[in-house]
Order: sequence, then C-alpha cells, then structure tokens
Amino acid sequence: MTVLVNVRLIDPERDRVVAGGLVISGGVIAEVFEGPRPGGVDCGGMALAPGIVDLGVKVGEPGERHTESFRSAGAAAAAGGVTTIVTRPDTLPAIDEPERLEFILRRAVEATPVNVLPMAALTRGREGREMTEIGFLMDAGAVAFTDAAAVANPRVFQRCLTYAAGLGALIVGHPQDPVLSAGACMTSGQFASQLGLPAVSPMAERIGLERDLALVEATGARYHADQISTARSLPALARARAAGLRVTAGASIHHLTLNEFDVGDYRTFFKLTPPLRSEDDRAAMVQAVADGLIDVIGSFHTPQDEEEKRLPFEEAASGAVGLETLLPAAMQLHHAGLSLPLLWRALSLNPARLLGLAAGRLAPGAPADLVLFDPDAPFVLDRATLRSKSKNTPYDLRRMQGRVLRTWVGGREVYAREAR
Amino acid sequence: MPAGARLLYEAAILATGEPPLFPHRHLLGIEGLSRGDIETVLDLAEDYVALNRRADKRGNALAGLTQINMFFEASTRTQASFELAGKRLGADVMNMTVAASSVKKGETLIDTAMTLNAMRPDLLVVRHPASGAVNLLASKVECAVLNAGDGRHEHPTQALLDALTIRRRKGRLSRLTVAICGDIAHSRVARSNMILLGRMENRVRVIAPPTLLPAGIERMGVEVFQDLRAGLDGADVVMMLRLQRERMDGALVPSMREYYHRFGLDAEKLALAKPDAIVMHPGPMNRGVEIDGTLADDINVSVIQEQVEMGVAVRMAAMDLLARNLRARAA
Repeated sequence: MTVLVNVRLIDPERDRVVAGGLVISGGVIAEVFEGPRPGGVDCGGMALAPGIVDLGVKVGEPGERHTESFRSAGAAAAAGGVTTIVTRPDTLPAIDEPERLEFILRRAVEATPVNVLPMAALTRGREGREMTEIGFLMDAGAVAFTDAAAVANPRVFQRCLTYAAGLGALIVGHPQDPVLSAGACMTSGQFASQLGLPAVSPMAERIGLERDLALVEATGARYHADQISTARSLPALARARAAGLRVTAGASIHHLTLNEFDVGDYRTFFKLTPPLRSEDDRAAMVQAVADGLIDVIGSFHTPQDEEEKRLPFEEAASGAVGLETLLPAAMQLHHAGLSLPLLWRALSLNPARLLGLAAGRLAPGAPADLVLFDPDAPFVLDRATLRSKSKNTPYDLRRMQGRVLRTWVGGREVYAREAR
Repeated sequence: MPAGARLLYEAAILATGEPPLFPHRHLLGIEGLSRGDIETVLDLAEDYVALNRRADKRGNALAGLTQINMFFEASTRTQASFELAGKRLGADVMNMTVAASSVKKGETLIDTAMTLNAMRPDLLVVRHPASGAVNLLASKVECAVLNAGDGRHEHPTQALLDALTIRRRKGRLSRLTVAICGDIAHSRVARSNMILLGRMENRVRVIAPPTLLPAGIERMGVEVFQDLRAGLDGADVVMMLRLQRERMDGALVPSMREYYHRFGLDAEKLALAKPDAIVMHPGPMNRGVEIDGTLADDINVSVIQEQVEMGVAVRMAAMDLLARNLRARAA
C-alpha cells in the first residue's frame, strides 16, 4: 500500500482540481481523499493525474527496431507520464494477422513497463484491398483497426466499416483525400509557395472526413478520426456529432502547438503528416479541444532515423517522436488557458473510454496508472536526452514548461525523476 | 544582422579595415539580399560586362580558387554560363553532372557534399530539383555556395541578370511596371524575380491562368491578372516564362493552342504595353507556345540574347564578391 499526500489531484471526470492525496493498493486506487493526512509520501503540492493514454504510437517493432524498440518506447513513455500506449500497425510487416499481434503483446510484456494495447491493420498489408481478420484480431487483443492512412477505395472502406460494425470494432480513420494529398509536404498557402514546396489544401482533409462520415452514417460503425488538423474539418465533425453518429476525433499535440512557419528554413523535423497548418487552424484546433469537439490529444509518436531526416525537405521522412514531450507540450496549452482537468480528459479519460478501459480516472477501483508532475518547471529540451532511439523531435532547443516527476503503472513506480 | 554576416563583417574589417561589400557567405536566394546588396552585385557586373566585350577577357579575381559546378538537374545554359564566368576570372572549374534519378535522390546529397568539401573547393555552384536542397548543402560545407536553381524555390542569379538587363535598358531598376507572364506556380525564376523587383520598388504584375498561380499569391506584393491584355497595359517590361510541356495537354491548361491564344505573347498584344517596352525570357523558349517566334527575334523589343550575356557578367560578379569574403576570412 502506498499513500500519496500533499498533491493537487487533477480529476478529469469531475472536472476539478483539489488538494488531497490518494491510496494505492493492489495495483488500483483504493481511496481518494481531500485535504491533508499525516504520514505517506509527501509530494510537495505537485499535480497528480491519471496517466496518459496515447492513442496512435508507432514502435519500430517489427521491422524497424533501429528507430524504436519496445524497450526504448516503454522507457520514453514512462518518462513522459504515458501509462498506456496504443500502438499503430504501420510496421514492417504490418500488423494484419493475429500471430503478428501476439508478437507485439509478447514483446510489450517483456520489454515495457507501461501498458501496451495494439491496434491492427484494417486491410491486409495496409494496401486498401482486402479486409483483415477483424474477428480473430479482436480475439487476439486488437483494440482498434486502422491503416494509419486513408483507405483510398470507398467501396473497400465501406465493407470494412460494415463488417466492423457487426463486431462492434472501433475503426480509426485517417481523414485525407489520398489523391489531393499525394506528394504534398506542406499546407498550401503563401509560405509553402515561398519555399517552393509541394502543398495540399486543408480541404483534402475535409473531403476525406466528409467521405468517412458519410460511410459511417451508412454503416453505423464506430469511427475515430486519428488526426484532425484544420478548421475546415470542424463543422463536418460537429454535424456528425449532432446527428448522433458514433464519431470521435483526435488531434496531435504538434498540430496544437506548432504551425507551418515553424518549418522555417526547410527544417525536416517539422515535416509531419498531415503537414503543419496555419496559425488560424492551430488556434481553431485548440478551441475545438476546449469545446470538446476534439476528444483526444495524442503524440502520434513516429520515430524516424537521422538519415531519413537529413534529406531535402520533399524527400525527407515524415513524423516526429512525442512520447516524452507530449506532457510538457500540453502544458503550453495549459499555460495558454486550458484547464488541467480539461486537458486530461483529452489526454487520458476520453481515449480510455473510447477503448473501454477503466483508466483515465482518479476514483477508487481505477487502475493506479498515475503521473505526478510539476506543470510549471521550466527547461530547455535537448533532444539528445530523449529516451527514444530516434531523436526526431520538433521541440529540440525549445523552452518548455512542465516536468514529469514520477509515473506509476498498476501501482508500480516505473519512473522517478532524479533530483538534480 | 545574422551571426554569419556579423562574422564576415568582423573578418573583413580585421583584414582590410573596411566592411565587406557583400555581407553574405553564400548566394542562396534573393530573399536574404538587401537593396544595397543587389546594387553591389549589379554595379560590379557592369565592370564585367565591359571586360567580357574586350578581346582579352581574362580577369584574375578567382585566380587560384577552385569552383565546382554540381548539377543534379540537366542544364546547358546555366552550367555553361557559370563555367565561363569562373574560367574568365581564373578559377579552376570542374563540372559534375549528377543524375538525381539514378541514385536514390538526396541520399547522396549530404555524402556528396561532405566528399566535395573534403577536396576543399572554394565555390560550389549547385542546381537541385528539390526546393531547399541547396540550403541544406550549404549548411554542411565550408566553401561559398551559389544556388543555380533549387526546385520551385529560387534562382537568384537569373533574377540578378534580369535586373541588370532591365537596368541597362531602362536606366533604372525602380518605379517600373514589370509584367511576369506564364507558369508562376512552378517557376523559381518568377519567385526570385518577384522578390527582387519588389525589393527595388517596382510594380510587379503576374499574369497566368489560376491553375498556374501559386497559393497565397495575392499576399506576395504583386498584382494578379488573368487576362494578358489587361496585364500588359502600360508595362515597361514583359517577362515571359517557359511553360513546361508536362503542364500542357489538360493537366493544368487545356491545350497548347488555347494557352497560346490566351497567354502567348505576340506583336499585337505587346502593342498594349508601353511603346518602349522590352520583352524578356529566361530560356529555353517554346516558340509558338508562350511567345511568337518573330517577336522573340525582334531586336527592337527582345532582350533575350542580352539576358544571356548579362548572365555571365552577373555570375562573375557574384562569385567575385563571395570570393572576397573567403579571402577576408582566410586572412
């Protein structure tokens, strides 16, 4: 039994922050109390919140272990206050068979201190032609199905949605018109034109989303849009929600904290998919998080080795690591006005609910997946210090605020920041 | 002032007691140049125009220096121009044509740069099909890098040679109305010219069908026309751009003949511009697509051959100025 006292409890479920503490016993939260209590571990008035549930993490196993292994991803997650990683199936080969999914679960148990829940591919080889064995994969432990890219053929996607709806499976879509966005590495506009880079209109995302939503309406499937990044998509999302469709949406922390100008002089660590958007889009996305229209914030952790980023912008690989920087970057939103409970709904409670997990709550009986952090501690990020094997973070040398101090998974401490 | 430029200033002042004429390590684009920088290049280029017209064309500004022309994209004109410019100033010039498609693109770029860097060249002239590739390369080498065109980004020496041609013909490089017509969206020449002409306080017009205009053009300080006749009205300078063949035939414009009808320049349309208007083209031309062949050859209005001549002089000037900085740094 562990008793944590003198903490600020960040409770996303009841939308409040209170001074108090909690008791961990048998891997779960046994009691949550307000006010002081003698004895226990004094946490110095720091913030205690449910651990982050990061939906859409790429680990380089199988196939690209040099970019990220389960061991390195697990260490990065623990240090970032992420207690559950929900992995993407866009590995080499793709996670499109139950045997491969079992490999992931086996590796996760032996190598990571945090919870790992795998998503499986929606179509074989993520080629968008034939659906995977959704039933078998669910039996094996797949929590959701995604190709981590748009399924280009609407007929294939419709059949997948129809079949998945019958099983109650969650489909994670990547809303993007694949033809319009082919070859693009920036958002179209003045800045991309000045840099002379191929660019895509934000409308490509909206077209992709509208198509997906129409198919969801037709099939009744459960659908989560992995990343919404532009204001143009939001009205469609709101309409679907109002019409009662079972639709949720996520946003990557990068699109909430960075904009297209961060690319600057062709800096490839800022090359993401979808590309970084205008400042107007970024601000609209933050507002959508505040309004609850965006349910989930994730890191969309995408490790890439150094060589793949040391190329001309058009040719460089896309994506950024984010497990360790998700919380400090989210603190930027907090310091800009979003409350901690609100942020934790998007970081923890909502993704947990979406996947049917008991995590994400500070309540008796909930798993003791917790993060203790200092929302104000300032630091300058040095990418060399990241635990991920790949160091492709857009936040390198950025002044950040918010440090993870300790992380528990199932009541076991998996990370403690060394005092300096 | 950027840190690199400040170092150059300090080095130059230490070596010669004077600030450098051209406070830049590389020539990567027009974007980073001030009005004064542009005038410095053009003024020096005037001297080289005179030199190039003499029987003995030999200068020695680059004597002892090694210049490598590295072209990842085929080019006859620009490469020849840079080669001649280097040779006339006494540099040892080496040409490398790297087929970008034969190896996995870019993968060799930094490796190639590092290899070349180890051979200690002084001037590296680079053309690459990817925007920003020359900037990337410049960050990895110690020599001076000149951008000979990167993707759709910039082609600074082309804009400078155009500016020199205009200045010589019009007697000034400001308060002119310049109409740029053609494939603005995919043209690094248009990008560099828009920046340069804007910086020198000219009225810049762009004329193209909307499919050939880049996104955000309305915020780039130019006037946008979709009608060639309206855009030419009262222009001092008419700059025609090459239309790549793959952009015709239904992809971005319906056909060659419709494009020529609406956006091709001929004598009748040119009559709408000022009577003393000049016609420019960065070459190579598609006669009968963007410009009437007879008009292109009309020495009374066309300055296309003069542009080629100015190209050599401007490149001599640019390399000379960068070499002075190299010498100041080494001293």
